[in-house]
Amino acid sequence: MRVRPILLSAAAALAMAALASIAASAIAAPDQVDPAADAKAFKKYFTDKFPKVKLEDFVNGPYSMNEDMRKQWQEKEEFPPYEFALEAGKEMFGKPFKNGKTYADCFPNGGIGIRQNYPYFDEKEGKVVTLELALNRCREANGEQPYSYVKDEMASLTAYMAYTSRGKPMDIKIPGDPRALEAYENGKRYFYTRRGQLNFSCATCHVQSPGERIRAEILAPAYGILNAMPIYRSEWNGMGTISRRFVSCNSQTRAVPLEPQSDEYRDLEYFLSYVANGLPIAGPGARP
Amino acid sequence: MSMTRNTLLALVLLMASAMPALAASEADYKTAFAAAETAEKQADQLRNKWTTTEAHLAAAKKAASSGDFDAATAAAKEAEALAKASIFQATSEKERWKDLEIH
Repeated sequence: MRVRPILLSAAAALAMAALASIAASAIAAPDQVDPAADAKAFKKYFTDKFPKVKLEDFVNGPYSMNEDMRKQWQEKEEFPPYEFALEAGKEMFGKPFKNGKTYADCFPNGGIGIRQNYPYFDEKEGKVVTLELALNRCREANGEQPYSYVKDEMASLTAYMAYTSRGKPMDIKIPGDPRALEAYENGKRYFYTRRGQLNFSCATCHVQSPGERIRAEILAPAYGILNAMPIYRSEWNGMGTISRRFVSCNSQTRAVPLEPQSDEYRDLEYFLSYVANGLPIAGPGARP
Repeated sequence: MSMTRNTLLALVLLMASAMPALAASEADYKTAFAAAETAEKQADQLRNKWTTTEAHLAAAKKAASSGDFDAATAAAKEAEALAKASIFQATSEKERWKDLEIH
């Protein structure tokens, strides 16, 4: 009977939780939800921490943190690895469904140059609607099967839509609906909550440790982290969406990922996008 | 008489060493697995399952299906311990997440 290893693993997990909470107890918590104040504090935290990084450069993730990586990336951008997905996405976007309609019929401005407005809070539904979700809803409304949320076609479509918004500042609104504020707050809570056996929150890597190495990777700052999505990731050997990024982050902390486009992930995307308001859309991107 | 007692003692020791010490039965496994599953269901309700808990539950089932109830029971107990740790984490994080907040 392996009693000792059992006790050790449980004790280690509990000790990690206790230590992490003690280490972080120096920071006080606010009681009121104030997204504008959060966004201001978020920006200040990262610009204070990395005074040499230009504001618009935060969206380039690890490349904004490390000069050697930046040089490699700039060379790679001459023949970017997301190019095939981008071309495929453009073609898919323009191809009519069986009923003759296209994606352009489902979106404002024909779907061109609108990435910076996603996700948005839908007051009819009372929930956050992401671009990935809106694309699949468009397909279903036109009698087509939805795509996988994590890669392939969805990544290609969002790559094209992001490309048409490149350089436009992220512009996420939180309407006066209390449910929108609640969704934002839920996303914020998800971002800061530790989970998985490794007892990591999103913030552990992307607030406390951006620029640091975790194994061979350099961690990206949370500020503007979604602006370059979707991305071609060498680690994935292919393209991935925001959903894929959330799922793989959870797995890496040894947490069972939630289903893509679950309320929690939608709210998380809402929070992260809102606090990046003003930073340019840079997708599709490439990451190690 | 002394010889008989010594022989008896030797026989008892021989029998004891021949029997598997504290071998887990199928019933032990079922009890341990049920406890682990109950804890994991609670972790699921808290939206905080761990991949390691799931891996140990799967390992317990696999060992049990091959008749290795020692390994199956051990894996189930480890799964229960991990599930309880994930419940502790989710419960404590209900308020502690605020400690990490930027403001």
